[in-house]
Amino acid sequence: MVEILPNIIFSLILIFALGFFVKNIQRLIKVIKMGKPINRTDNPSKRLSNLVRIALGQSKMVTKPISGFLHVIVYVGFIIINIELLEILIDGVTGSHRFFSKYFNPFFYDFLIASFEILALLVLISVIIFWTRRNIMKIKRFLSAEMKGWPKFDADNILYFEVVLMLLFLSMNATDLILQDRGFEGYYKAGSFPVSSFLVPIFDSFDTSTVYLYERIFWWLHILGILFFLNYLYYSKHLHILLAFPNTYYSNLEEKGKFGVLESVKNEVMLMFYPERASNENNQVEKFGASDVLDLNWVQLMNAYSCTECGRCTSECPANQTGKKLSPRKIMMDTRDRLEKVSLNISKNKGEFIDDGDRLLDNYISKEELWACTSCNACVEVCPINIDPLSIIMDMRQYLIMEESSAHPDLNNMMNNIENNGAPWPYNQLDRELWAQETQ
Amino acid sequence: MKVPILSDLKSKGESPEYLFWVGCAGSFDDRSKKVTKAFVKILNKANVSYAILGKEESCTGDPAKRAGNEFLFQMKAISNIEILNSYNIKNIITTCPHCFNTIKNEYPELGGNYKVIHHTTFINNLIKENKITIGGGYYKGKKITYHDPCYLGRANGIYEAPREVIDKLDAELVEMKSCKSKSLCCGAGGAQMFKEPEKGDQDINVKRSEEAINTDSEIVAVSCPFCNTMMSDGMTAKQKNMDVLDIAQMIEKAEDL
Repeated sequence: MVEILPNIIFSLILIFALGFFVKNIQRLIKVIKMGKPINRTDNPSKRLSNLVRIALGQSKMVTKPISGFLHVIVYVGFIIINIELLEILIDGVTGSHRFFSKYFNPFFYDFLIASFEILALLVLISVIIFWTRRNIMKIKRFLSAEMKGWPKFDADNILYFEVVLMLLFLSMNATDLILQDRGFEGYYKAGSFPVSSFLVPIFDSFDTSTVYLYERIFWWLHILGILFFLNYLYYSKHLHILLAFPNTYYSNLEEKGKFGVLESVKNEVMLMFYPERASNENNQVEKFGASDVLDLNWVQLMNAYSCTECGRCTSECPANQTGKKLSPRKIMMDTRDRLEKVSLNISKNKGEFIDDGDRLLDNYISKEELWACTSCNACVEVCPINIDPLSIIMDMRQYLIMEESSAHPDLNNMMNNIENNGAPWPYNQLDRELWAQETQ
Repeated sequence: MKVPILSDLKSKGESPEYLFWVGCAGSFDDRSKKVTKAFVKILNKANVSYAILGKEESCTGDPAKRAGNEFLFQMKAISNIEILNSYNIKNIITTCPHCFNTIKNEYPELGGNYKVIHHTTFINNLIKENKITIGGGYYKGKKITYHDPCYLGRANGIYEAPREVIDKLDAELVEMKSCKSKSLCCGAGGAQMFKEPEKGDQDINVKRSEEAINTDSEIVAVSCPFCNTMMSDGMTAKQKNMDVLDIAQMIEKAEDL
């Protein structure tokens, strides 16, 4: 009974950690589904190819070669080392040791363990460079106003986590190797350890029972750390490691210049032009544009959770580059923060949103930011996982103009001109062909 | 200059192959009117069957839509589509990427389906089909940089046609620090053309003009009336004598049209 106690404890922790994770993911899906409907299921083959190319293949990451290359290392490391995770879980539940080594060809098992170790070392180096870029090199996009406080803490936490996990993994292997060499019970020869063998001298002077104790501590801390990290994701910008996939799959396939026709407006305009053609359905007056997160569609809400705050959008934004307040990254972060608040409000009030006197417009995103956008699509183009901050900006402008009539004063002149004389400037429509009569 | 008007042709029972959508800037703005005239000369030289709407043309609604006024946009769009459809228009050429984008991408959902061509693509095709030839070597060896309009480049993926035209002028194309899909906006899109910029430490057009100046080129080639204005103003602000010319104007000069 005492012998299987660790396995029971492990299984209980595993069930709890996975259960908590699944519960949070279910909540996340529910919150995203609170968004307005938008059809993004057409052309599944193109969508799948976007997912494979952009999320799986990291094609947009490498447009910035340094951070892109380092990111690919961490990403590949993350995926490959997860094979080892599977073995650790089986060992934890069943009490086996290096379960796969019994079933795999020894050379293949050696190759696997060796490649995990080399990847772990590469990940460690990359993460340290990432930390240096964030904390020592003063790269502009990591220093913006919206990165102060929690976002900075969150970003650094993730890096510390990865360093600790990689060090635990390598130390676990190093102590395992010592036990294997000393012929400790249950630790038969398995695996090749090109990196952790360099850590052996640290532990080699200890007696075998101490080494065993260390090995167990490292093993447990490593897996507990991973389970904790899994559950940290939901509260962190790091959710992108999961959401990058649906986010690229459901991203916009149309030309970037095409801004969709707003159906609620189309119904009203059609009624004016062709009263006989207007349908009797859809007669209720809808709100035009977005003033709060629940006016946005579910893809926009998913975008907000997918954003990992890398800031490539903001560094490409012409308004931001010239010192204006607008930062596309902040648009996404604000949307997520507000959405979290709204969803908490809804779950506290038994499924209904009770007005909290707050909204995305003004309280999070100011008019000044919205009016600074040139709709140039640089932010959309550069996002490594196809997030679309511009669509949120445009929806909020629609609200400003059509619901609040609070356009920038210069724009009111432009719109009056278009309405009255068919040009944004005060020229007469009848003079449209005068240029042809001019001689240069 | 002789410019065929669609309603005149219709009364004679003729229907031209292309509608040249002049646009508001092309009709009224002094800089852009030069581009319009240059392009008309190219059309005439290549014997293209075309006409303009003249007094029947009106704003596409683009600046209203980008400002957020979907109502005004749709009202303009639907009345424009009624006119275009009444003439049974199939092909539209524009010299403005904003008109191009709006008619091509946003009119179909409101009942307007046309093949829309930007004038840089059209000119490039004319050269490829030998309908106009470029000789004389007016631009031979001159350094030219090209500014991508957002609504032609990122918005519609057209990066090469204008570059191919410049290439055919025997000029040396020098790219700016940010170009093609990473090109920096001139600052006029999204209805910014019609308002003062928000508070900041620089105007976007000045920043973009600096990038152009840093290429040491003689000419900034543009293909959008708004970019034309913004880059010209940017050069004035930087007190630089760098020519800002539309692709159509460059052909006009090269060919001495």
